[in-house]
Amino acid sequence: MSDLMKVTIDGITVEVAPGTSILNAARQIGGDIVPPAMCYYSKLEGSGGKCRTCIVKVTKGSEKDPRPMPKLVASCRTTVMDGMEVQNITSPEVLEARSGVVEILLINHPLDCPICDQAGECDLQNLGYEHGLQKTRYEFERRTFERIDIGDKIQLHMNRCILCYRCVFTADQITNRRVHGILNRGDHSEISTYIQTAVDNDFSGNVIDVCPVGALTDRTFRFKNRVWFTKPVDAHRNCDHEKCTGKVTLWYKGEDVLRVTARKDQFGEVESFICNTCRFEKKATSDWTIEQPTVIPDTSVIASNHYETFKPLPVIKENLALQQANKVELEKSTKF
Amino acid sequence: MGRKLLLEHINVPGIHTLDIYRQKGGYRAVEKALKSLTPDEVVEEVKKSGLRGRGGAGFPTGMKWSFLAKPEGVPRYLVCNADESEPGTFKDRFLMTYIPHALIEGMIVSSFALGANTSYIYVRGEMMPQIRILEKAIAEAKAAGLLGQNILGSGYNLELYVQPGGGAYICGEETALLESLEGKRGNPRIKPPFPAIAGLYGCPTVVNNVESIAAVVPIINDGGDEYAKIGIGRSTGTKLISASGNLVKPGVYEIELGLPVEEFIYSDEYCGGIANGKRLKATVAGGSSVPILPANLTLKLANGEPRLMSYESLSEGGFATGTMLGSGGFIAFDEDQCIVRNTWNFSRFYHHESCGQCSPCREGTGWLEKVLHRLEYGHGKMSDIDLLVDVSKKIEGNTICPLGDAAAWPVASAIRHFRDEFEWHVNEPVKSQTSNYGLANYAVPIEKQVEEVKSQS
Repeated sequence: MSDLMKVTIDGITVEVAPGTSILNAARQIGGDIVPPAMCYYSKLEGSGGKCRTCIVKVTKGSEKDPRPMPKLVASCRTTVMDGMEVQNITSPEVLEARSGVVEILLINHPLDCPICDQAGECDLQNLGYEHGLQKTRYEFERRTFERIDIGDKIQLHMNRCILCYRCVFTADQITNRRVHGILNRGDHSEISTYIQTAVDNDFSGNVIDVCPVGALTDRTFRFKNRVWFTKPVDAHRNCDHEKCTGKVTLWYKGEDVLRVTARKDQFGEVESFICNTCRFEKKATSDWTIEQPTVIPDTSVIASNHYETFKPLPVIKENLALQQANKVELEKSTKF
Repeated sequence: MGRKLLLEHINVPGIHTLDIYRQKGGYRAVEKALKSLTPDEVVEEVKKSGLRGRGGAGFPTGMKWSFLAKPEGVPRYLVCNADESEPGTFKDRFLMTYIPHALIEGMIVSSFALGANTSYIYVRGEMMPQIRILEKAIAEAKAAGLLGQNILGSGYNLELYVQPGGGAYICGEETALLESLEGKRGNPRIKPPFPAIAGLYGCPTVVNNVESIAAVVPIINDGGDEYAKIGIGRSTGTKLISASGNLVKPGVYEIELGLPVEEFIYSDEYCGGIANGKRLKATVAGGSSVPILPANLTLKLANGEPRLMSYESLSEGGFATGTMLGSGGFIAFDEDQCIVRNTWNFSRFYHHESCGQCSPCREGTGWLEKVLHRLEYGHGKMSDIDLLVDVSKKIEGNTICPLGDAAAWPVASAIRHFRDEFEWHVNEPVKSQTSNYGLANYAVPIEKQVEEVKSQS
């Protein structure tokens, strides 16, 4: 056990393998102390460090060098050191800086949640709800782009994009041919395909799943339904595509499968990427073997009134600061 | 007269040619280093000299060199950062235009010290004439056996390439420069790993400013100890200052570090005072990204001591009353200049040059620019001033590369020192429109503010 690194996040100590990032160490602890991540995606190499929502404060660098780090660091790209002490939700400085990042992410966002297909499962929406201000201080015209159809299955709605680069990494690493990138720079940068060529390969649909906001949406599902009216069900089929596992989530409305997505874990990351045939073509119950209702984390509005409830960790019951930070959730969990 | 090391022979006709440069003692450092010194001894000399990076951050060059990882069988690279695009800085362009061989000589010695057999000079895309000058100079040096295989019979090989950039400010950030040099989009990398461990093509790389590399030549010629005698404290040697703005004689000056700022501005040897007999209002001491200072704090420290041109003295007092030496882009503003307009102009630059990779800088620089534009054109509100401070705080320190800080500091410092002028823009929207175009009467309320601070200090 000697090669494990001991790291303390918000007073909770965990031992992790060397080379683990602070974010992944926090995910091993779980609960409210996990920093939000908009651009980091554990399955995509090189992702992270861009959105700055996962910033944390390192109050003690390591056992050897106990100096605190001078700036807030991006937890997704900072590796842990032995004896490191990190503050996330217990540090007012972090929370303030994070709400600043959220405000900045939202200044050019159209805030069209009422007509956005991602609403209900949108990371930015959750983040805005937790940290955002109720009123924006930005009084200028927001940046707008034309909507672009990338092929007949995917639509790019650049106005909503937060430039997390996840889809670029997906197109680079998961699909065969790179057809996807960033044009221009600064706040005019936009995700684009090569002169609007259709994205055409077997795994292109995964860019919809990795998108943390509603910038890349499934054209077969557009405006069909709100996600919280649909019922997610885990299912699988024997997909003949060599790289596709065929493990998916079906989203039912009554008897109809409205859409098919990859299964997502509690941090909103897909468990395995699925092929376009599974995603876009197989929309009948007879195509699938149903397993069970999908477990939806209680952070999601899809779970409103059912599924998981908040289970406070033992340490939260002991630590006053954490109790204060989790006050709302604790009240909710004791109400019923 | 201060000592000149880099610009000693700048007025010699034909100094840009190899023959004249050698007649004036050029390439002595190459001969000395390659024939009589080991690479480690060269690094040791640079360390002894106390030379600090001339690109802006002021990190000791010798220390940077000694951090370079030296794994077996992996090539090492030296990259010269000639992507000089900071508003107010033009010293590297001057050096490359008039004495290109100083840079090439420095590149040979530095590459030898680092064990690099391939080195690059990454030149900003707009500097086409300088690229041609450098290429011509490299061809001359190659013909004379100073570059290529077995230089001067020492067995050391070096290929030197000039790479034009695409004209992006962000590519002056060392990791963005390396990305660009590799042919990718010029986005800064997330550090660690630092370039000294994994830089160009994943190999250990040192990135140095043009002036730092050129300064290696006098260090090797005269010895590191001799170089360290020039200057003051930990600011050793000479520095090129690009003076611009409302000065009688703007231009590139080589100063010994430790020269009083007052002497630099008013002495006939240097800038010769403020043009047209006007009074100094403010200065930006080290290129657009360092905090702006009012005239009184430029000339004197907060405690009344004279301020010197050195890394330490300029940053004395932190950001409350100090600034930074930065890259040496000295901009002087006379009493007719509008600080709000200038701040907006700087902001516009950073908005335009942000790479768009991380969110605070991408969105925040645009926000700053829009609010400042509103203030400048007389549509501002009093709450905008606090909003600017708040937004700049949210950008500062939360970004991948220092461009976010560079965008936030000028705004925060302008409001810190010139808040009266911002408020005046809000209170007098019509009047501020006419005086923006050079009418002198608006200097009156500003002058009062400067005097106020004077009496406090």
